[in-house]
Amino acid sequence: MRLSLEAREKPARIMIWASPLLAAIGSVIGVSILFAVLGRAPLTALYVLFVAPLETIDGLAELALKATPLLLCAIGIAIACRAEVWNIGAEGQFTIGAICGGGVALAFGGNDSWWLLPLMILAGIAGGMAWAAIPALLKTRFNAHEILTTLMLTYVSIQLLGYLVHGPWKDPQGYSFPQTRQFESDALLPILIEGTRLHIGVLFAIAAVPLGSILLGRTLMGFRIRTVGAAPAAARYAGFSRNGVVWFCLLLSGGLAGLAGICEVAGPDGQLTPIISPGYGFAAIIVAFLGRLNPVGILFSSALMALLYLGGEGLQVTMQLPIAVTGTIQGMLLFFLLAADVLINYRVRVRPSRASVGVARHA
Amino acid sequence: MDAQNLPPRLRLRGITKRYAATLANSDISLTIAPGEIHALLGENGAGKSTLVKIIYGVVRPDSGEIAWEGVPVSIPDPNAARRLGVGMVFQHFSLFESLTVAENIALGLGATETIAELTVRIGEISRRYGLAVEPSRHVHHLSVGERQRVEIVRCLLQSPRLLIMDEPTSVLTPQEAEGLFDVLRRLSSEGCSVLYISHKLEEIKALCEHATVLRGGRVVGECDPRVSTEQQMAEMMIGGALPVAHRGAPLHEGKPCLQIDKLSLATDEPFGTNLRDISLLLRDGEILGVAGVAGNGQKELLAVLSGERLSPHPDAVRVCGTAAGQMGPTARRKLGLAFIPEERLGRGAVAEFPLVENALLTAYGSGFVRAGLIRFGAIAQYARDIIKRFVVKAAGIEARGSSLSGGNMQKFIVGREIGTRPRVLLAAHPTWGVDIGAAIAIRQALMDLAAAGSGVLVVSEDLAELFEISDNIAVLFHGHLSTPKPTHATSVEQVGLLMGGGTEAGASPEVAHAA
Repeated sequence: MRLSLEAREKPARIMIWASPLLAAIGSVIGVSILFAVLGRAPLTALYVLFVAPLETIDGLAELALKATPLLLCAIGIAIACRAEVWNIGAEGQFTIGAICGGGVALAFGGNDSWWLLPLMILAGIAGGMAWAAIPALLKTRFNAHEILTTLMLTYVSIQLLGYLVHGPWKDPQGYSFPQTRQFESDALLPILIEGTRLHIGVLFAIAAVPLGSILLGRTLMGFRIRTVGAAPAAARYAGFSRNGVVWFCLLLSGGLAGLAGICEVAGPDGQLTPIISPGYGFAAIIVAFLGRLNPVGILFSSALMALLYLGGEGLQVTMQLPIAVTGTIQGMLLFFLLAADVLINYRVRVRPSRASVGVARHA
Repeated sequence: MDAQNLPPRLRLRGITKRYAATLANSDISLTIAPGEIHALLGENGAGKSTLVKIIYGVVRPDSGEIAWEGVPVSIPDPNAARRLGVGMVFQHFSLFESLTVAENIALGLGATETIAELTVRIGEISRRYGLAVEPSRHVHHLSVGERQRVEIVRCLLQSPRLLIMDEPTSVLTPQEAEGLFDVLRRLSSEGCSVLYISHKLEEIKALCEHATVLRGGRVVGECDPRVSTEQQMAEMMIGGALPVAHRGAPLHEGKPCLQIDKLSLATDEPFGTNLRDISLLLRDGEILGVAGVAGNGQKELLAVLSGERLSPHPDAVRVCGTAAGQMGPTARRKLGLAFIPEERLGRGAVAEFPLVENALLTAYGSGFVRAGLIRFGAIAQYARDIIKRFVVKAAGIEARGSSLSGGNMQKFIVGREIGTRPRVLLAAHPTWGVDIGAAIAIRQALMDLAAAGSGVLVVSEDLAELFEISDNIAVLFHGHLSTPKPTHATSVEQVGLLMGGGTEAGASPEVAHAA
């Protein structure tokens, strides 16, 4: 007896949504084994990871806070992915957004100007867009692949942030710590729920869900994006410019990542430091795929990923597990998702063993 | 003939193959005698290619028996088929462009002999059968007909006793096809059997001694094509009476709606064809047929007309009087140009999209978008109208492109392009690979559009089709377009000569002028 994969007549629609669930179940099993190997009681660890963070209002607020940058970055990444534009560098656009918006806060803060926060937000968006414009130009002009350019620019942006907080923007009263001075209170995003750190940035993220859905599903631009992604020759035939779509997607996803960046530093952080993101921009790639590149799906997957971050912190604090466990769990989730995705187009067949049984495909 | 006493070369009994929900082959039985040229007839999806793949060892049947020269065999893979003596020439060639003919053949044979030894053997075979091939030439220099000869030589080097030919003449000029038939008859007289797959009934009548007709995965009849009429065979294939297309009266001397003025353009693709000094004039109400063997610049010409490739000067292409050489597809569509491309899924339609979105693909400029938002109600109605008017078999407007058969997808695309009432329609191979019923409906739609006053340019390899619907016919060869001649004033032979690069003896003044 042996197992073989057989191509389905058409993709199984139920598997499109069941596959993330299977991936989650697979991850839970995998994570339990991991805990057991590390010498921790799996059930307790799972409780710390998945349940404990949700037990208090404060925990829920923290969840929304963590989900905000993930959601913003992931929606941009997902829209670009629909056009087969692979923006791997949301982390870099996030960083530049934070630098640009933070620069505005440092320059104009403390005057109680009504325009300060809007200007910071615009600067953050513009910074992210500008950073994404570089790969867009390189792709449309020189055919340089955006996977490489966006990723490489991420490291440039992190170096740039490091230079600023170690050098010209360093807080003179900061005891030589590599950080800027604290933003003035007028340069901080208003708190949404008193007593928590949750700020109005979460509203931008929530608004991005229906706007992203409308863009993809109801507008001609979204149709262009999907056509370029699904069938480039059909897009050419229809007269949809590939370069236009590449520019739009990179600017949009860069702008959203930049918005996430400024919200992060004008929210809980309140200053620029060398490390302003625990890898939100990269985790957002997993979030985007886990959410089926669909804004509504991403709403859920970003909450799940935020939970993993919070639970991961809990594991560090209460169970003395290293932070690398969080990364391992994220990786496991993506791995199981990709594996389960095979079942969308293939079914598993059990057959009596015979010489030439393999992947059956038909024309 | 001693063939009477020999066991049949190949006998299939009760061959059945099921793919998930579809029964591709159901209880198929077929017998091929030694030296027999046997036709396998059927529409797309009738199960011809599955059956052939089973014989060639690419696909294994679920049940049924295969007997080779009276001995039951199983054919697990193509190597086993070749060892038995089955050779196959595929519709799409598997040659490496950057290698020479001899190198390609050596690869296919997996031979132990040197290229030099092989070159000698290739020379022998090609002389013996009159198959002119040059072993040292690189494949990318070869015409499609020459490439096919390479494939045939590759098969013949293995001394096959059954040669399978899959739609071999779709890429040949009529004269080249005649040459191929001579080779096949020669093989047959030496005792090699031929299984000949085609939907061109006149060829089957000319060549084959026996025909097996498939429909819906079953054998629905057998006949002697030398006796049966084309009408009878066609009706067996489609399982009903054959509808007939009617041409309305053509307009006389309509206004020019599409012009190319002495355009030469280098190809932008490796191994593409350069366009050389092309001039073309299409008038309102006219159907202009462009004949030619594939790879002679059809793709490049259509790209230049549709706007997917821009011309160096605005004046090089005029659409409805407007200099459009540097306009993209959207701008040209606004001028009244519509285009039915060669590839259905992936170009003319998106496989993953529902029909309603596939309707939008080119109709978005015709009032289906307001303030950037798609008017789904209106486009849904448009898609429903297309489905109804062209009798597209689909599960509704939400059915995905990939769920439709080739013929139904093509009817939908034709409906979409005609539905915007274009003044000029470009149609590339509009009935290629489409079943007979759909092909007739599509030809009828093209003729109706012309009768209503639009100009229609049809690029096709199917000469019978061009002669049926065109008012004028021109030939594309090596990137140059001959001067169009009225269909009634030319013949398949003349057009065939031009397709092969010949010039007409005693050319008429206009042809001389064009050259």
